[in-house]
Formats: sequence, structure tokens, C-alpha cells
Amino acid sequence: MAETGRLTQTKVAAPAVSPVTLLRLAIILSLLAIWEFLSHSGWLYRDVVPSLLSIGHALVELLISGSYYFNLSVTAGEVAAALAIGGLSGIAVGIIIGANPFLSKAFEAYLYYLGPTPKIIFFPIMIMWFGVGPQSKIALGTLSCFFPVALSVAAGMRAIDKVLIRVGVSFRASFWQMAMKIYLPAMRHPIINGIRLGLGVALIGVLLAETKLSNKGIGFLIIQAYSIFDMPRMYAMLIVLFVLAIGANALVGQLGGLSNIKRQ
Amino acid sequence: MTTATRIIRSDYAPMAVGLVSLVGFLLLMELLVQIGAISRFIVPPPSEIFGSFGRVIVEEHVFSRFVMTLTECLTAGVMLTVFGVAGGVLMQRYKLLRQACETWVAAMASAPIVLMYPLFLVIFGRSSWTIIMMGFISALPPVILKTIEGISGTRKVLVNVGRSFKLTRSQQFWKILLPAALPNIFVGIRLGLIFALINIVGVEFLINYGGLGQLINDLAERYDLAGTYAAICFVILVSVLFFMTLEKIERWLRPVD
Repeated sequence: MAETGRLTQTKVAAPAVSPVTLLRLAIILSLLAIWEFLSHSGWLYRDVVPSLLSIGHALVELLISGSYYFNLSVTAGEVAAALAIGGLSGIAVGIIIGANPFLSKAFEAYLYYLGPTPKIIFFPIMIMWFGVGPQSKIALGTLSCFFPVALSVAAGMRAIDKVLIRVGVSFRASFWQMAMKIYLPAMRHPIINGIRLGLGVALIGVLLAETKLSNKGIGFLIIQAYSIFDMPRMYAMLIVLFVLAIGANALVGQLGGLSNIKRQ
Repeated sequence: MTTATRIIRSDYAPMAVGLVSLVGFLLLMELLVQIGAISRFIVPPPSEIFGSFGRVIVEEHVFSRFVMTLTECLTAGVMLTVFGVAGGVLMQRYKLLRQACETWVAAMASAPIVLMYPLFLVIFGRSSWTIIMMGFISALPPVILKTIEGISGTRKVLVNVGRSFKLTRSQQFWKILLPAALPNIFVGIRLGLIFALINIVGVEFLINYGGLGQLINDLAERYDLAGTYAAICFVILVSVLFFMTLEKIERWLRPVD
């Protein structure tokens, strides 16, 4: 088995550029070419498809401007706060519900069905409760983030090897000790997975709330670019945002060693 | 399973506890608002919210709004099914394409696509199509990924049966691969529809156009507090019913494993 593995490996490594990379490059290049063609064809409204050059220009302008980083830090702070509050309460609730079949039966259905409802519609209430500042965005992000984390942790909690729990019980560990020494280490993967999902929805919640009503943050910049019809700038901001979001998601996955479980 | 858990699982006690806590919470809020511990200009008393249900439903044309949102959602759902399943099948069929693009699709699933709604506003205008397209695009990745997962998870035995009958490629696909992948594809479509509903209601709320999402925005801008709360409860209720129906349909369509 080991021999064949090694043989195939050397075979695959032979071509200088793998066909997958070639295909990827081809797809990207042809998409860019179509884009550029569309932008010059005049078939669509001017500026709906701005030329790549102007998007690149806007991108550079965006990345060297100080105000962009200020707004980025505002949004990042809001997302971090939402993730901290929503994530921690989600983990706590998940552990309590996951550990207790009775509570799980009583309350998990509510969490399960409330989880995938649209959270942005709570924004008017959040404004009334927390004002128009960053607090209401944090609250909305917290609300979005809480459900996936709680559900993921509760499911992870039930999947813990019973032997580990019995070991803890036979050592007469207190609830706190059980949580810190048995449950949390055994549930690293579901927790990280929940936080990854939570990060995604918290980001969406915060940014959407910013586009609705705010005077700072990335969401605000995007909607501002829309209202003054500065399309290249809007594209540039969406590109940076997507790169950051996908990067953050991958980073959380890496930290939790999610790629390791998949490989096993 | 211990006897205690068996009793708990077979009993309606937990459900009752859940319901009682919900009712208790509402009564507590009512009390707190009535004695003035919570301002009624921030949280209207639950009784007032329940009272305004009828008013909101009759005066705000909730039914036609509901139909509008549902139509948008189902249109997005049809597009999802067609393009998502086709995309998944294509990527599964051409291995190179899958190797090149599967990570991209997965990355797309974790990107905040709904943030592109100002862009769609520019392209499609402030119309239902903006909302439908937004729901469609942001819900596409799970359908594609689940289709790939379903087809590539087809049991080897089934594929071999097809081979031994000398099925052509298209026969192999229609008679073996697709039926075997259907359960997974249903899961994908269900997830896609849920994503679509979330994004459609969200975008309706944000751009103040269309069905149920707009209703909430409208009432909030009028500062009709009880009405806003009632409308939010109503939308939550509708989406929960939507998920439950999808689950039921999926279970009904799913062949017995």
C-alpha cells in the first residue's frame, strides 16, 4: 500500500503546473476577459460593470486611505464583541442543554426553529433597546451568532464519549471542573465549528445592520458608495470584504484543526 | 438508556415545561411593563402585541404580502434547483472542474454574499428581481455542494449493477446516480430554500420593498411599536412553519433507506 502511494505521488508531481491550476487560471482569466469586454461593450448601463482598471484603482485608493481602516476597525470591533457575547452565551446554553436531556427536550426545539429565521428583522427592536450606535449592531450580531453556536455545542455535548463523563463523575468533579476539564476539551471541534458558523452570521448581521442605519463601519461605506453611485469603490469594498470574511473563516477552521478531522 | 431518561423521553413533561416557561416569560414581561419596570415605549406589553395581531393582519394586507414573499422564495427555489443541481452534476461529471471549483463554491458559502444587495439594486433596480436574485445567489452553494456529495456518495454496488447491464452514460445517470443522490439533493434544496427565505425577507426589510420584510420596516418607521413586535412575531412564525413544512416534504419524498 505504502509503495503504491509513493508511486502515484511522484506521478502526480511530475508536470510543472498541475491541470487543476491551469483550469483555475483559465477560468479566472476568461471571467476577467468577459468582464472587461462587457464593460467596454456598452450593453449594460455605464458603471454597472466598470472596467477592471477602475476597480483596481479604487482598490488601491481604498487600501491606502486611513478612513477605510478606521471603519474596518469599527466593524471588526462590533463583530468581535458580538462573537464574544453570543459565542460565550451560546457555549454556556449549549453545554447546559446538551448535558440535560430534559432541558434539551423542553427548549431545543425553540432554538432549532428560531435559529434559521431572518435575524435582521429584529433590528428595529434592537435600535429601540440599544440606540442607533454600535451597540445595536453588536446586539444584532450577538442574536445571530448565539443560535448556531448553542445548537452546535449542544449536539457536540451529546456526542461526547460516555466513558470520559464517567471518569469525571468517578473523580467527583464539580460542575465547573466537568465543564473545564471534560466537556470543553472533548468538544473542541463542535465548538470551533459552531463559532465558525457564528462568525459568518454575526458578520452578516453586523454589516447588514450597518447598511440599514449607521454612520460608520464597512456596511455604512458600502451603502454610501451605492448612494453616490461610486460603483468601482463598491466593487473594491466587496472584494476586500469577501477576502477578509473567507480568510477569517479559514483561519478559525485552521485554529480548531478542522482540516485534520476531515483528513482522518 | 436509564429508566429515568426513558420516562423523560416518552413523557410530554419537557414539552410542557418549555411551553410553561414561554408563557411565564410573557407574563413576567407583561407584569414588568405594567408596573413600569420596563418602559412601554421600548417594550409594549405582550397583551397589546397580541391585540394588534388582528389589526396588522387586516390593515396591512398581510396575506398578499405573504403570497408575494412566498412567490419570490419559490421562484428562487426553482432557479436554485435547476442551476444548483445542474452545477453539481456538471462538477461531479468533470473531475477536473470539481477539483478546480469545489473549494471556490465552499468559500462562497462562507462569504457574506447578501452584502452585495446594493450591487443588485443597481443591476435589477428596486424590484422583486433584486430580491429573488439575492435569495438565489446566496443559497446556491449548499445546493451545489450537496448535489456533488450525493452523486459521489452513490454506493459502488449500484454503479456496478449499472455497468453490468451495459447502461450508457445517460442511462447510468438517470437510472442509477440521480435516484441514489436524491435524498442528499433534497437536503441541499431544503437548506437552499431556508437560506433563500432568510435573505429574501432580510433584503425586503433592507430595501423597503415587497412582502413581509417591508411590513416590519413600514411599521417600525411609523413607530407603531406593538404592530412592529406583532409583525416580527408573525414573520418568525411564518418562517418556522416554512421550515417545518420543508422538513415534512423532505421526509415524505425521501425513499426509505
